[in-house]
Amino acid sequence: MDPVQLKDKIYWVGAVDWDMRYFHGPTFSTHRGTTYNSYLIVDEKIALVDTVYPPFAGEMLKRIKKVIDPSRIDCIIINHVEIDHSGALPEVMKLAPGAKIYCSPRAREGLRKHFQGEWDYRVVKTGDELPLGRRTLSFIEAPMLHWPDSMFTYVKEEALLMPNDAFGQHLASAFRFDDQVDNKMIMEEAARYYANILYPFSGLVLKKLEELAALGIPISMIAPSHGIIWRKNPGQIIEAYRRWASGDWLPKAVVVYDTMWGSTAAMARAIVEGLASEGVDARLFKVSLRDINGIITELLEARLLVVGSPTINRSYLSALSPFLDDLAGLKPVNRLGAAFGSYGWSRGAVKDIEAKLEAAGLTLAGEGLEIAWVPDAGELESCRQWGRALARKIKEK
Amino acid sequence: MEKWECDVCGYVYDPAVGDSSAGIAPGTPFEDLPDDWVCPDCGVGKDQFSKLE
Repeated sequence: MDPVQLKDKIYWVGAVDWDMRYFHGPTFSTHRGTTYNSYLIVDEKIALVDTVYPPFAGEMLKRIKKVIDPSRIDCIIINHVEIDHSGALPEVMKLAPGAKIYCSPRAREGLRKHFQGEWDYRVVKTGDELPLGRRTLSFIEAPMLHWPDSMFTYVKEEALLMPNDAFGQHLASAFRFDDQVDNKMIMEEAARYYANILYPFSGLVLKKLEELAALGIPISMIAPSHGIIWRKNPGQIIEAYRRWASGDWLPKAVVVYDTMWGSTAAMARAIVEGLASEGVDARLFKVSLRDINGIITELLEARLLVVGSPTINRSYLSALSPFLDDLAGLKPVNRLGAAFGSYGWSRGAVKDIEAKLEAAGLTLAGEGLEIAWVPDAGELESCRQWGRALARKIKEK
Repeated sequence: MEKWECDVCGYVYDPAVGDSSAGIAPGTPFEDLPDDWVCPDCGVGKDQFSKLE
């Protein structure tokens, strides 16, 4: 694939990783692969914005060479230290040893620890500018979106925002732009990215969106560091981020459970029936069979999370632990929770799940539901009623 | 004097210790930190801190 021109003499020179299936070690499933987007700006000075994951350094350099000799690169902007973006920096520096590296103060600390290279760093902060000739770059620090070092680069004359991981998606494609790829698929991956990476920083996302609005800078194109570039409709992803960070919701519920001999499963299905009978879009997930990142993504729209487990050893099944731990770290915004489960001779699962839901910032929507041994017809009806009562809580707002 | 915790990363500002990385002397209450003071660990502003009970 040749370099792809975004604007006059501004090129995508990144790499497409069709095979990436797990990100951040094993914790983030990327079932549609990903891309590492780096951008080359050819002006009186030549600037490279971000690099790629180390195994793809050669692929990136090949693309750069189709535009210019890499030794001519004057400036390298590192928006974010994480290895999938800065990893090819040593390879670039071998070819362009005189290049200056522009980054936030925290990025400089991080780069020094990652690469031990004593390169020519130029630390920048919000409002600083780098004139390249016809075009000028300006920088906007974005701490904790999603690391302390994170930064956005903006090309003023082109109204082009390069926000690194923000507004990105793990989506491998032969195409680069939003008008070339199915919009539903892009938004699914953008949502998955937000829910599993940016959810805990939702307050900061809202502030950053306000800051961008207050700066009054026009944005004609958003070129993130993963996935598709927003050229047709950059407002779509900005509006989606506003909605996700604000905790907006639909009348939808996510029911997550696991089961030993089927009692909690039977309860879960009856609860879904109860929710659905009140018009709630209830979705059922047996956690041991499902992708946790996918369940978390469902919470971006669902008002209610219901979690069920039988009691074993006076608590919930360990199959629920990875999901509940993930939830506690991601802290979904403005969500209701409830817990249920079967038990034999002692209880504990429901109480412990409720504590986990509260630790994750959810508001309990009602008392937990516990049923001894195997639910009979009457008890299954009480599960349906419990589901209906929760559905009414959703509608109360 | 109360300690304050960063909501984003968990850093605790202890007034008895101050913040030498930003030239804040020991004994400086959180309220007296300058408005542009940021969390030394993650870089978010004072408004992202909560008082520890």
